[in-house]
Amino acid sequence: MSLVKETDYGTPASKSEKEVTLTIDGVSVTVPEGTSIMRAAMEVGTEIPKLCATDSLKAFGSCRLCVVEIDGRYGTPASCTTPVLPGMSVHTQTPRLKAIRRGVMELYISDHPLDCLTCAANGDCELQTMAGAVGLRDVRYGYDGANHVFARSRKDGAANFEWMPKDESNPYFTYDPSKCIVCNRCVRACEETQGTFALTIDGRGFDSRVSPGMAEAFMESECVSCGACVQACPTATLTEKSVIAIGQPEHSEVTTCAYCGVGCTFKAEMRGEEIVRMVPWKDGKANHGHSCIKGRFAYGYALHKERVTTPMIRDKATDPWRVVSWEEAIAFAADRFKKIIETHGKRSVGVITSSRCSNEETYLVQKLTRAGFGNNNTDTCARVCHSPTGYGLNQAFGTSAGTQDFDSVDDSDVILVIGANPTDAHPVFGSRMKKRLREGAKLIVVDPRRIDLVRSPHIEANHHLALKPGTNVAIVTSLAHVIVKEGLVNEAFVRERCDWDEFQDWAAFVSDDRNSPEEVEKLSGVPAEDIRAAARLYATGGRAAIYYGLGVTEHSQGSTTVMAIANLAMATGNLGRRGVGVNPLRGQNNVQGSCDMGSFPHELPGYRHVSNDAVREAFEQAWGVTLDNEPGLRIPNMFDAAIAGEFRGLYCQGEDILQSDPDTKHVSRALEAMDCVIVQDLFLNETANYAHVFLPGASFLEKDGTFTNAERRIQRIRKVMSPKNGYGDWEITQMLAKAFGLDWNYTHPSEIMDEIARLTPTFKNVSYEKLEKDGSVQWPCNDAAPEGMPIMHIEGFTRGKGKFVITEYVPTDEKTGPRFPLLLTTGRILSQYNVGAQTRRTENSRWHEEDVLEIHPHDAELRGVRDGDWVRIASRAGEITLHAKVTDRVAPGVVYTTFHHPLSQANVVTTDNSDWATNCPEYKVTAVQISPSNGPTEWQEQYREMAENARRVAAE
Amino acid sequence: MSHSTADKLVKMANQIGMFFAAQRHSDAVAGTAEHLKKFWDPRMRAGIIAHVEHGGEGLDKVPLEAVLKLAGK
Repeated sequence: MSLVKETDYGTPASKSEKEVTLTIDGVSVTVPEGTSIMRAAMEVGTEIPKLCATDSLKAFGSCRLCVVEIDGRYGTPASCTTPVLPGMSVHTQTPRLKAIRRGVMELYISDHPLDCLTCAANGDCELQTMAGAVGLRDVRYGYDGANHVFARSRKDGAANFEWMPKDESNPYFTYDPSKCIVCNRCVRACEETQGTFALTIDGRGFDSRVSPGMAEAFMESECVSCGACVQACPTATLTEKSVIAIGQPEHSEVTTCAYCGVGCTFKAEMRGEEIVRMVPWKDGKANHGHSCIKGRFAYGYALHKERVTTPMIRDKATDPWRVVSWEEAIAFAADRFKKIIETHGKRSVGVITSSRCSNEETYLVQKLTRAGFGNNNTDTCARVCHSPTGYGLNQAFGTSAGTQDFDSVDDSDVILVIGANPTDAHPVFGSRMKKRLREGAKLIVVDPRRIDLVRSPHIEANHHLALKPGTNVAIVTSLAHVIVKEGLVNEAFVRERCDWDEFQDWAAFVSDDRNSPEEVEKLSGVPAEDIRAAARLYATGGRAAIYYGLGVTEHSQGSTTVMAIANLAMATGNLGRRGVGVNPLRGQNNVQGSCDMGSFPHELPGYRHVSNDAVREAFEQAWGVTLDNEPGLRIPNMFDAAIAGEFRGLYCQGEDILQSDPDTKHVSRALEAMDCVIVQDLFLNETANYAHVFLPGASFLEKDGTFTNAERRIQRIRKVMSPKNGYGDWEITQMLAKAFGLDWNYTHPSEIMDEIARLTPTFKNVSYEKLEKDGSVQWPCNDAAPEGMPIMHIEGFTRGKGKFVITEYVPTDEKTGPRFPLLLTTGRILSQYNVGAQTRRTENSRWHEEDVLEIHPHDAELRGVRDGDWVRIASRAGEITLHAKVTDRVAPGVVYTTFHHPLSQANVVTTDNSDWATNCPEYKVTAVQISPSNGPTEWQEQYREMAENARRVAAE
Repeated sequence: MSHSTADKLVKMANQIGMFFAAQRHSDAVAGTAEHLKKFWDPRMRAGIIAHVEHGGEGLDKVPLEAVLKLAGK
């Protein structure tokens, strides 16, 4: 094993198709037009010295180290900023160039500390490498002059006002101004790669300094701690604190992030089994070398002291836990499940997996319930986020997945974001989107809240439709109304690709006056003119892409909105090529994968219904069992059945249903009613408070497997350290299966993937071997598409003709009235992740220590609420208390909070309303009342006490 | 938030019925029945059928007919 090192070509690749041939040091080289001389040289293995250039950033030309000589040209141009020309003859090493480079290096080093041996960058310092490359042997200027290096003058001990102390405010990296060479790479990374514009260069000439915000500390500035600057820094000026503490890594493995559905790939850089740092992998096709604060820095939870590494059992959930051996825990769990099945029948138990689990893990868990328990009671947390996407897109196009790859956004002219907040929840893709917007793409945001995309540095939405929560269907249908009535339909596309009769029915429906912007304004609060303008822009602005999130799906009409979105894309012909499409932004890393793997109770792997005899027979033959042909219970149905006494055993892998599912009291009643709850997790999560068996899980750093991201891209996770609990999660499921008498003998997750590929036509050519060779692949990957499919539905739709569905708006039952006059909607924040089990156990909590309630100044004043006050939030389901944040980001009548903290229990107030088609809960609309309060509610206090009690472990 | 099981099933069935009732190109009752068959666990279907046998209170016309169709009546 060694460190994975990517080649730095110095400047970005040119996309030109025209080629240019030139000679560099007598070697002929052919490169695309627009390529820099620096890059062309690197293509033939000649590394021209450089400091301010790196290929993730546009050429800048400030360090003057990369100068070259060109035959027939005066002077010594910088090779990073000089494009190649046909027939050019370039010399990279001449006496004149050598003298210039040494002179430049001398100046740099005369204002740089010479503490190389004790410097954190020792072994990974470009300045040191370049000093070596140019043959620097002496610094004629000495070190006594004006400098940024020493706190006091070396001559007379006087204070040096050019010197600045280290900024250690950020918990993950330090900024040491004394080591800065003002190459601007950090500033450019913050602008070009991340798009936050938190950094600048303050001052001129010798006074130039990197400045976060208005010369603030990093933590006080607008910095979002994505780490792009740290990665870009060629010296130890910006350095990970982990590198300072441990030293340079000696080997690395490429692996996939365990947070959101973007699926960034990282190099896990290691020293032995100790992780030194995570560095985004440049060749990763989802993230192209970029990351956010979570993926790069928030991995400390895997080593957190609260992690449980031994199995535990207890007779009753109110007893203290008893630490036992794996054998005893597995036998106890299997015995209880067998007894339940004997007494209450085979449909009385089931499983839930998290979308944080790998493909192989979720596949095995659904196989356990189907082949072992003999039922289809398997669900995954995609139920509560994107199940309407699966249903809706399958109806419209015939595939339960997004249509594009992430790179497609580079070709979009119009971007329509509905109910998604990419800069917080999908930050790396959010940065890609912002880059395209800065290049001139137009933006429409449909969201009740003023998310960052609406207006942030160098980004401004052309239209923000700030709709009332719960009116998505009306708004999207109204956009269609304008498109049809104003003759903006792409009729050629519709006639060729879609069912024409269904289209005509749909066109007649949307044209009805009740769907006109003027009518929809009355219920959505969005001015009719804004709806009209947005519709015209989407239909006529060029290539238009729709990106949506849980603000679309988590409604009583979630599936209907997904189909309304699909209608819009079909009517305007925005499908089947680059830059367009319908793109669900998946919440968790493996939402797509867990759905693909047959985790839903009505579908076998590959989205094939359990009533399909031929499909069932294939699995029956492979697994040697008879399978149930009836759909099983979905997560909310499991809770209802548990309370009714018909569902009594649950195996829950990696999912914290108590905190993440709506109407907490309903969930806790369901859990209390069960005879055996098995929780497999890293921590004693909130669900474990009600569990009888705890099986400690392995972190993503401790096992092999694959995740499938929002663009259907299958990528490897690789084991870089031994599992602290002793086993990978797939091994634990296998032990349980064996205890149920199933003869499973997988020795590696690759064998599980081989089985998936054998049984699932869309995965036919997927294997670990292929992933090793190609890095990743986007399904479908079979004989028809051996290399996978970045863009879907190019020639036609998977289902044949695209289906237009009529999307009648049905208001939710969750209505405001005198008792509950405000609408609560929920969302996520950049630094925290879902229930926070991971991020709360890292320094990320410094950015978001508690969930707060955003409330408009008007609503706050009416209720006598001031910024920072405790407020009580009451709904029909329950009440909680949070601190208020008075802000006009939310409209009057709307309040907003996040759901990252267990003690705030945002889901105590959410209701059991759900999507009509999939039972996806309606998290996004709850009618509430807000009033001033003195502190946590009785429920919050009682819960805190109960949770402490439930986590007791008996002394040995 | 306490709904009896039957209340909840009725509410869900009505929601499904409303979607299919709006479609002009397909039979609303058949669509609703098909959806119940494809996505509802047998116990839930038995529950709604039993509710209809007891008068089907609260069920709208389309889901009511769909449940009767499911029950083979």
